Amino acid sequence: MTKHTLVALVEDKPGVLNRMASLFRRRGFNIESIAVGHSEVPHLSRMTIVVDGAAAMVEQVRKQLDKVVDVVKVSDITEDDIVARELALIKVKATSSTRSEIIQIVDIFRANIVDVATDSVTIEVTGDEEKINSLFNLLRGFGIKEIARTGCIAMTRGTSGPLPTEKKSPKPKGQKTS
Amino acid sequence: MKMTGAQMLCESLIREEVEVIFGFPGGAVLPLYDTLPQYPQLRHILVRHEQGAVHAADGYARATGKVGVCIATSGPGATNLVTGIANAHLDSVPIVAITGQVARPFIGKDAFQETDITGITLPITKHNYLVLDVASLPRIIKEAFYLARSGRPGPILIDLPRDVQIDQAEFHYPSKVDLSGYKPTLQGHPAQVKKAANLIDEAQRPLIIAGRGVIISKAYAELKQLAEKAQVPVVTTLLGISCFPESHALSYGMIGMHGMAYANLAVDAADLIIAIGMRFDDRATAKVSAFAPHAHIIHIDIDPAEIGKNVRVDVPIVGDAKAVLQELNKLIISARHIDWIQQLDDWRREHPSITIRDSQGLLPQFVIRKIYEVTQGKAIIVTGVGQNQMWAAQHYWYNKPNSLISSGGLGTMGFELPAAMGAKVGCPDEVVWCIAGDGGFQMTIQELATIVQEKLAVKIAIMNNGYLGMVRQWQELFYKKRYVATPLSGPDFVKIAEAYGFSGLRVEHKEEVVPAIQKAMAEEGPFLIDFKIEPEENVYPMVPPGASLAEVLEEPRKERKVVTDSATLPVSNI
Repeated sequence: MTKHTLVALVEDKPGVLNRMASLFRRRGFNIESIAVGHSEVPHLSRMTIVVDGAAAMVEQVRKQLDKVVDVVKVSDITEDDIVARELALIKVKATSSTRSEIIQIVDIFRANIVDVATDSVTIEVTGDEEKINSLFNLLRGFGIKEIARTGCIAMTRGTSGPLPTEKKSPKPKGQKTS
Repeated sequence: MKMTGAQMLCESLIREEVEVIFGFPGGAVLPLYDTLPQYPQLRHILVRHEQGAVHAADGYARATGKVGVCIATSGPGATNLVTGIANAHLDSVPIVAITGQVARPFIGKDAFQETDITGITLPITKHNYLVLDVASLPRIIKEAFYLARSGRPGPILIDLPRDVQIDQAEFHYPSKVDLSGYKPTLQGHPAQVKKAANLIDEAQRPLIIAGRGVIISKAYAELKQLAEKAQVPVVTTLLGISCFPESHALSYGMIGMHGMAYANLAVDAADLIIAIGMRFDDRATAKVSAFAPHAHIIHIDIDPAEIGKNVRVDVPIVGDAKAVLQELNKLIISARHIDWIQQLDDWRREHPSITIRDSQGLLPQFVIRKIYEVTQGKAIIVTGVGQNQMWAAQHYWYNKPNSLISSGGLGTMGFELPAAMGAKVGCPDEVVWCIAGDGGFQMTIQELATIVQEKLAVKIAIMNNGYLGMVRQWQELFYKKRYVATPLSGPDFVKIAEAYGFSGLRVEHKEEVVPAIQKAMAEEGPFLIDFKIEPEENVYPMVPPGASLAEVLEEPRKERKVVTDSATLPVSNI
């Protein structure tokens, strides 16, 4: 069992997520995270799916995902050189005595405090999974009230786009994801 | 020109060259049914249960190669289609199922006869649509038919809310589809085809396993050319039967759980398997880890998701069987595999597999053989699922392309009668025999009324053993003869036929078999024969569950006393 990162370009239509998720559900795969947003192509969305599974099984699912009519292209980029990021919001208990220590940790991680209340602060952090987990572990001692994570979004580094449509359009730079 | 959704649907169906629709009306499709009389070129056949509609569309599609169409209302109408849609999905049959849906404002509110049929059929359709805007309907229908028949064919469902059927919009039927996520690969990769050709040239013991893909792609001539040029023996899967003439010297019958012993031994001994349009189903491969242990495998299939799914493949070729074989045939060199073919012929002599023992009682194998003889092998045979299916596959010899229609992947009892009905609608000039068991026949028996109403001359042979025979066979062999819930009573089938308005005969003795079949053939309309066969007759050969193809069991010798003359396989030198 290894963790696989799949990237898919899909039609922005109702039911697409359901069709894709159904292929994992059928095999009893748990989807660890799934993140969807508009792509650089109008009417197409890009989806990043992280699943845990045996390589052959994941490859079988990938082929079946590719068969879904609304899926333009799907690639397993686990073995590629990729940039993978996730955003997390962490609400942590904070008193006047602990607040400054929390701020220090936040600075070290180049995270941001986006909300402050009398008994808590909310931290926004971006990074790979490991970074977010480390920050989470450091903050745990203060008391975590709530955490929300976007799930991983990923793309291959450099000029090698996994998806054919990227070749047609000019190379997107610093593409936004919503 | 402005049209209602219902009119658009009919106009679109005509543009897709639909001639016949199998359907059952209801509240949510009333606007559509009200519109149908405006389009007399669309023949509507009223079934007695929606499952009959979808199986009939399936039988029609398999027999003609065209897209079969069925209609059901929302809710229970739609859910009654589900088995038939799953059946078509597993056997790659092109059908378009149109379901009514409650009006848009009621969707998602558990309205009367509302069901989420696009959700329910999501994993058993190639694609499905919920139409929320009447203007999108022509595009959706265009796409649906294109998707159903292209690439690896399959069922498409269109869920059409009642108010969309009434809404109006301008009708423009698109000339082509624009589906960026759907581009089936038809041509095999030249480098892969070259590799395959090299393997074929080098092989000492090559074997072709042909599946339904050959039939879908109508690659009969190409398959024959490959087999003859490189002198490669041909075996088939259940659904591949009739893609290669069984009287051909290179034909060695069906493989699998109830395949010919010599065919299974050939798979076990081969050094090269050329798998064409088949998907290594577990009933065909038996124990998959022991499948073709000495062979390289070339797998030709149009569906990339089938490659490497069940067995390791050395040379995958994604493409249409016909196109790939055309290229492959150009590259291979003529060869002879005299020793290998001799070996297969020896096995066929030593393990004849389809002999019929002499018996006082009526044997189903004998009945099927006589149907073959009286129809001169020219009928379309539509089977149920279970023992009757296996006997029909083994003992009728299929020399005519696409002459066996059977539920393979899903194994749907009750398929036989409505599918035979659909086949007869699609091929009115062909002789269509429905080979049923007394169990499966009772599952969709109500379609006899449709057959009579539509004057469809379907000939029905019931292999009546008073058991759910295949399950009983498993209980006999693997559950110490504990026949739990398998003995079953049935009605007097001859009286049933009479009650529905046509004739039938009961046959209990061997000498009555041929006259009864002849009478059925002479009858202008439908005809039913209730064959009272040996109750505990088993299907052999059999590969026990969990065993490999090489461990095939033949009929116990003590039972096989005398081999009748007509039981030797007619091998011609085509």
